[in-house]
Amino acid sequence: MNNPYIPNPTVIRRITTENDANDIKTFELVFTDPEALKNFRYRCGQFAEISVFGAGECPIGIASSPTDQGYIQFTVKKVGVVTTALHNSEEGTIIGVRGPFGNGFPLEAMEGRNVVIIGGGFAFTTLRSLTNFILHKTNRDRFKDLTVIYGARNPGELIYKYDLKTWGQRDDIDLNVTIDQAVPGWTGLVGFVPAVVKEVAPSSDNAIAIICGPPIMIKFTMPVVSELGFSPDETFLSLEMRMKCGIGKCGRCNIGNKFVCKDGPVFTFKELQMMPKEH
Amino acid sequence: MVVFQMVWKVIGKNKIPTLIQELNKEYEVFTPVKKENLVFFERVSSGNEAFLDFQNTKKSPKEVFFPQTEILFTYEINKQGVEIEKAPVLKRDIVLLGIRPCDAKGFLLLDKFFSSGEYKDLYYLEKRRNTTIIGLACNRPLSTCFCTSMGGAPFGKEGMDLLLQDINDKYLIETVTERGEKLIKKLPWLKDAENGDIDKVRSLSRNVEKAIKSKVSVEGVSKKLDGMFDNKQWDLIHEKCLGCGVCTYLCPTCCCFDILDEATTKWKRVRIWDSCQFSCFTLQGSGYNPRPSGKERMRQRIMHKFNYFPKNYGENFCVGCGRCVQECPVNFDIREVVEAISTDIWREKDE
Ligand SMILES: Cc1cc2nc3c(=O)[nH]c(=O)nc-3n(C[C@H](O)[C@H](O)[C@H](O)COP(=O)(O)OP(=O)(O)OC[C@H]3O[C@@H](n4cnc5c(N)ncnc54)[C@H](O)[C@@H]3O)c2cc1C
Ligand code: SF4
Ligand code: SF4
Ligand code: SF4
Ligand code: FES
Repeated sequence: MNNPYIPNPTVIRRITTENDANDIKTFELVFTDPEALKNFRYRCGQFAEISVFGAGECPIGIASSPTDQGYIQFTVKKVGVVTTALHNSEEGTIIGVRGPFGNGFPLEAMEGRNVVIIGGGFAFTTLRSLTNFILHKTNRDRFKDLTVIYGARNPGELIYKYDLKTWGQRDDIDLNVTIDQAVPGWTGLVGFVPAVVKEVAPSSDNAIAIICGPPIMIKFTMPVVSELGFSPDETFLSLEMRMKCGIGKCGRCNIGNKFVCKDGPVFTFKELQMMPKEH
Repeated sequence: MVVFQMVWKVIGKNKIPTLIQELNKEYEVFTPVKKENLVFFERVSSGNEAFLDFQNTKKSPKEVFFPQTEILFTYEINKQGVEIEKAPVLKRDIVLLGIRPCDAKGFLLLDKFFSSGEYKDLYYLEKRRNTTIIGLACNRPLSTCFCTSMGGAPFGKEGMDLLLQDINDKYLIETVTERGEKLIKKLPWLKDAENGDIDKVRSLSRNVEKAIKSKVSVEGVSKKLDGMFDNKQWDLIHEKCLGCGVCTYLCPTCCCFDILDEATTKWKRVRIWDSCQFSCFTLQGSGYNPRPSGKERMRQRIMHKFNYFPKNYGENFCVGCGRCVQECPVNFDIREVVEAISTDIWREKDE
């Protein structure tokens, strides 16, 4: 039996700084053991436990798409011990990875449907994975219209600017990027995510909504999404809780009798309505 | 069901050191020890260390399979990169001697939890699967013991392989499982028990059970809690709680942990006991905490034991050992909470 607590070694191949504040970076990792790479088969929306040796371990959503061959990416904000140690690591550093964990997004249910993706702040990582997955040439036909609404505090805090640029040039995605307040030089949308969702008003016809962001954004976005007619069982939210083991054993990520790490992190709005309000 | 010969043996109390000495040759033997006024379980290397004259141990025996600090693996960072060395979980099979029936029942609950789901916890399971448990029935329950309300009994055999039952200067040894029988076969010098002695423990067991006065009506509590997440009583009951975590550390079924890296001569990834009673348990990087006050944390403990765990595993996550009642610095009494929920006092007060 495999020991789920033992990480697999990977090497940092590339580090990309994502924001002006310089506290969000994307780390591209390659497995040193081809067997481990083969075993790391993930879905969009899953996460992994990242070991920075000499510091510790923390859960991070997978930011690359399963269609990206040969490497995985994680976009990490510097907040504490492990994430700071990761930020201080250089290309070539060995990083441990265990996973993938969690249920991921409901790709099967999304097939043949319109997809509306709504994200705020740096929680956009797994939504970026999903967007790139849907846009990939081998997958694009399987999904209908794709609408992406993504907001950040200011232009400097938008992550994946390179992706936003490529996506913006395509005609098979309706991309809406917004910032909280107007600043000189910004020609895109201005306003908080909930307001922009209302403005863009994506149709709920044959559509599925996928939402991820800080609690405050979720709180104000949900009424708008409901008003647009998205039913609670076709609205999916990816939650963040403090986690450690990632496999339903350390006991810290529960909401009621569900563990966000193994039963989630993706839940339908309907499921969440039936769970205790403790997230 | 494997059918085996139920045998009763007898051992003089003065022979316990000899027994431990002999088991030590083949097993890692854990027994209660007394140190600095605390009784807790430890690996013993000689028979004289065992201390069996207690009412219950202050720390539960869970640390034998789920130590307070456990190395998951060690690693070295060198020029070649990182070398991970897996921690050997088990050196030899284990004999765990002297645990109370409530704690044995606690292990059955932990077994369910650690072996459930897609990922098994091998650190716990390896040790657990290779252990023979020699329990010790209770002649002198504490005023805080409420095992009989939780489906247990002072002479309960559930979770035991062998059960020692104390009559004056000797213990009767009852064989409960095949594993227990195997161990008995390795000890041919044990004498057979006499019928008179067996009758004696049977009546003793009835009397002790009757002597347990602490009763909690737990039936239906799990269901009732379903509608009580927002009950106002949560605002009140947590008020005196200090959030010290003692109740969860001492509890035989609480098993929450943290994982961190420590350096000595080598780097170690360890897991350590954690507690839902601590505020940082759920504190997120953004500063947001879904359980910001004692109210939510106390609710989590009660809910986990009497609602969430029963939902997932069909049983309460409490065996009535009474440790959390006995040792709480502010006398928080989980029995009162359960009783109030059970008798609908909470519901009435909320209306
Ligand atoms: C499913 C999931 C996906 C995530 N994806 C990403 C991601 O893509 N990018 C990213 O940057 N972050 C992500 N996080 C958050 C990330 O795990 C935490 O920021 C990280 O654990 C902090 O670790 P640290 O050692 O640097 O901080 P610490 O030094 O441990 O603590 C610093 C602060 O972070 C809090 N914290 C510690 N551990 C966690 C934790 N596991 N979750 C939340 N807060 C924590 C502490 O309470 C403290 O306030 C994700 C978390 C989860 C649960
Ligand atoms: S032992 Fe008592 S004071 Fe300490 S956390 Fe538990 S209930 Fe609170
Ligand atoms: S909750 Fe209290 S009484 Fe119940 S098993 Fe745990 S320590 Fe014992
Ligand atoms: S009561 Fe708290 S510490 Fe104990 S197992 Fe449940 S969540 Fe963990
Ligand atoms: S992260 Fe350990 S139980 Fe969910």
